[in-house]
Amino acid sequence: MCCPGCAAVARAIVEGGLEDYYRYRTVTPTGQRERVPDILSELTLYDREEVQRSFVSGTGEQREAALILEGIVCAACAWLSERHVKELPGVVDFSVNYTTHRARLSWDETRIKLSDVLMAISAIGYRAHPFDPSRQEGVYRQERARMLKQLAVAGLGMMQVMMVAVGLYAGDYGGMSPETRSLLRWISFAFATPVVFYAARTFFSAAWRDLKRRALGMDVPVALAVATAYGASTWATLIGTGEVYFDSVTMFVFFLLVGRFLEMLARHRAGQTVEALVHLKPTMARRLDRDGETAVVASELIVGDSVRVRPGEVIPADGLVTEGTSSVNESLLTGEYLPCRRVVGDVVVGGSINVESPLTVRVAAVGADSVLSAVIQLLDRALAEKPRLAIVADRVAGWFVGGLLLMAIGVYAFWSWYDPARAFWVTLSVLVVTCPCALSLAMPVALTAATGTLSRLGLLATRGHVLEALSRTTDIVFDKTGTLTYGRPELVGVAVAEGEDIERCLCWAAALEQDSEHPVAQAFRVYIDTPLPATALFAEPGSGITGQVEGRQLRIGRPDWVARTDMMAEPRSFGVGAAEDGVVWLADETRVLAEFRLRDRLRPGVSQAIEALRVLGLRVHMLSGDTQAAVTDVAQRVGVNEAIGGLAPADKLAALRHLQAAGATVAMVGDGVNDAPVLAGADVSVALASGAQLAHASADMVLLSDRLLRLPQAVVVSRRCLRIVKQNLTWAVGYNLMAVPLAASGWLTPWMAAIGMSASSLVVVMNALRLRDLPETDGKGREAAV
Amino acid sequence: MTILYLLLPLAVFLAILAIVAFIWTVKSGQYDDMDGPPQRMLMDDDDPRLPGNGVRRAKRRP
Repeated sequence: MCCPGCAAVARAIVEGGLEDYYRYRTVTPTGQRERVPDILSELTLYDREEVQRSFVSGTGEQREAALILEGIVCAACAWLSERHVKELPGVVDFSVNYTTHRARLSWDETRIKLSDVLMAISAIGYRAHPFDPSRQEGVYRQERARMLKQLAVAGLGMMQVMMVAVGLYAGDYGGMSPETRSLLRWISFAFATPVVFYAARTFFSAAWRDLKRRALGMDVPVALAVATAYGASTWATLIGTGEVYFDSVTMFVFFLLVGRFLEMLARHRAGQTVEALVHLKPTMARRLDRDGETAVVASELIVGDSVRVRPGEVIPADGLVTEGTSSVNESLLTGEYLPCRRVVGDVVVGGSINVESPLTVRVAAVGADSVLSAVIQLLDRALAEKPRLAIVADRVAGWFVGGLLLMAIGVYAFWSWYDPARAFWVTLSVLVVTCPCALSLAMPVALTAATGTLSRLGLLATRGHVLEALSRTTDIVFDKTGTLTYGRPELVGVAVAEGEDIERCLCWAAALEQDSEHPVAQAFRVYIDTPLPATALFAEPGSGITGQVEGRQLRIGRPDWVARTDMMAEPRSFGVGAAEDGVVWLADETRVLAEFRLRDRLRPGVSQAIEALRVLGLRVHMLSGDTQAAVTDVAQRVGVNEAIGGLAPADKLAALRHLQAAGATVAMVGDGVNDAPVLAGADVSVALASGAQLAHASADMVLLSDRLLRLPQAVVVSRRCLRIVKQNLTWAVGYNLMAVPLAASGWLTPWMAAIGMSASSLVVVMNALRLRDLPETDGKGREAAV
Repeated sequence: MTILYLLLPLAVFLAILAIVAFIWTVKSGQYDDMDGPPQRMLMDDDDPRLPGNGVRRAKRRP
């Protein structure tokens, strides 16, 4: 077992008699589970009426909620959670959708609380949080149902028309009576009509939209081909001459719909996963009234309210500290990874986290006036100015349609002079055989396959242009804190005074820091499993901790606070520490015992990832809100050339614009609130899943793991994808160039057109499927990214 | 070839039936979860050790 959390999970599963989970499990979940007590407090939030309003239907005894389950990695997970929850007294129904990781829960409010159910789910190792299904989910379902119905109509229509077409082709050779031929044609017409008017509706409306905007997109040639082929075949059926192309029309519509459907599935899956990252969790605040504390939702606070913020809680609004001394972690807002000290009279920013001791804050700004809002406004502006990319296929389509129409006119003119009776039919065969099918399938199929590959790598694309932008990227910009680093300090060196033992000093330090919420404490906790008992612990916020360990009065903290004037020798510094290292001293009553150097820890594989990006020909930059010294140091360690520190969100955006003005296509990787505007302004952006929600919302892609090595792989995939799209387009155009002379010379019969069309489409699809292979990875080829 | 006059309308009728049936399956949500059910049928729901299945025997089945 890796942690107590996992041990508790295993116990809950076995006690519930659900060991079969282990038998059916096909993927081992990763990551440490949170200790259950840690999350209980936040779960009870969901029991409050005002919070439930947004996601619960039914307010009486019977209630229903939609949940997102996190940590579902295989079907056994879905089954396990379903069984486990259904057994709870008071749960009426609980069904898990394994595809979307959504669950519907209905329960009896008088017998069980929502938080109890959520608690039970976390006891077996999954995280569940409510979400509001009315937003995206409903739209997805409708779109999916509509496309499935269209597919069914197109597919069945196609098969029936084909069946009749075989008879027609046979009749062309063996001869058949005109009545029979007419009957067969009418039957094909009957089947093709709903296919054109119902299944192909979306193509027509999209083409119409294109024409209104005076642009020639992919849908225009599609709509044109379907309309002319269907119209002419209907005409031929009516007057009993010429050729019918109903089989080509229906096949064409069906193929295209399949392509679009696959594309839609990939898009939905990405959208759903991203939605899962956006919790509905309201920020709660403890408002101080005359009769004590009342818990309220943060949005209800008004200027002048006093709120109490306990250690580890999020500060609900911008305000002034009126009571207490503590330090505040603003890393998501500013990128500075060490907490800053805040005393009475200081300003604190909503969204930052109180670290050490309770504070009372008088609210000074809420809603639109707060710092967070200013960042959001900046974000909206950046989004509005987002660089728009032209899609390759659409450009090709424009040329294609233009050329096709010119050619059709030329062919018609020639045949009008040569053999007027056949002019129309030959021209029609030209239009049918130059099927834009391969052309319009080229892009979506390749994009779908590449997006699927990216999500297997743990990168979720949320917007369509990602692949193209990524393949053209010239510069990549990283944020430092939380992106290249974990944003938490780690012990990198210890120096001790004469006659002291390093191990013992570490033990003492860990003993002093054992109850602290400060990030520095985490650094020591890693080293010592069972801390020594410490008494009389007292924390001086922003400075350090005093306490008694093994009968000695010890102090640990900032050097200037630890080293009192009456002290003796200072420890020999162990060589030269980097400028950005945090330094912590440990002292007893008489002298300084040890010096600890702390450093923000790098994520694994950062140097390799940056090296790989450079090999791919990208320039790597770093923009951060942290101090220049810290930024320069990290830049040197990972091999970034251009690193600028001390930037506010607006400065970051300006730096990015500067790059773009010089003609660069910029990719941005970040995680914090302060990165959100920059993410939105970049040509393509990646947010880390562990980061702030605002960053997710403004990014084009979300990286689910902390493996930055995925980025160069993604660049490789995107370039390969663009290459394959170009191959496909070349093939489609080439095929058409080959087929047109045949058609123009009047040699082509409908069955040849049908075969040529399906063959060319198949080639395109097969070629795109090559994108499903993962690029070279760090020795772990086909692993599922969780 | 008169038989065609019977067979073809029959084919049309059957195709319409198939489409109606398919649309009904879409509407009743049978395509909402395409990955769960095929796996779920492999799980033993009748294992007596499961909660709610009455007898909790400590005996392990092979």
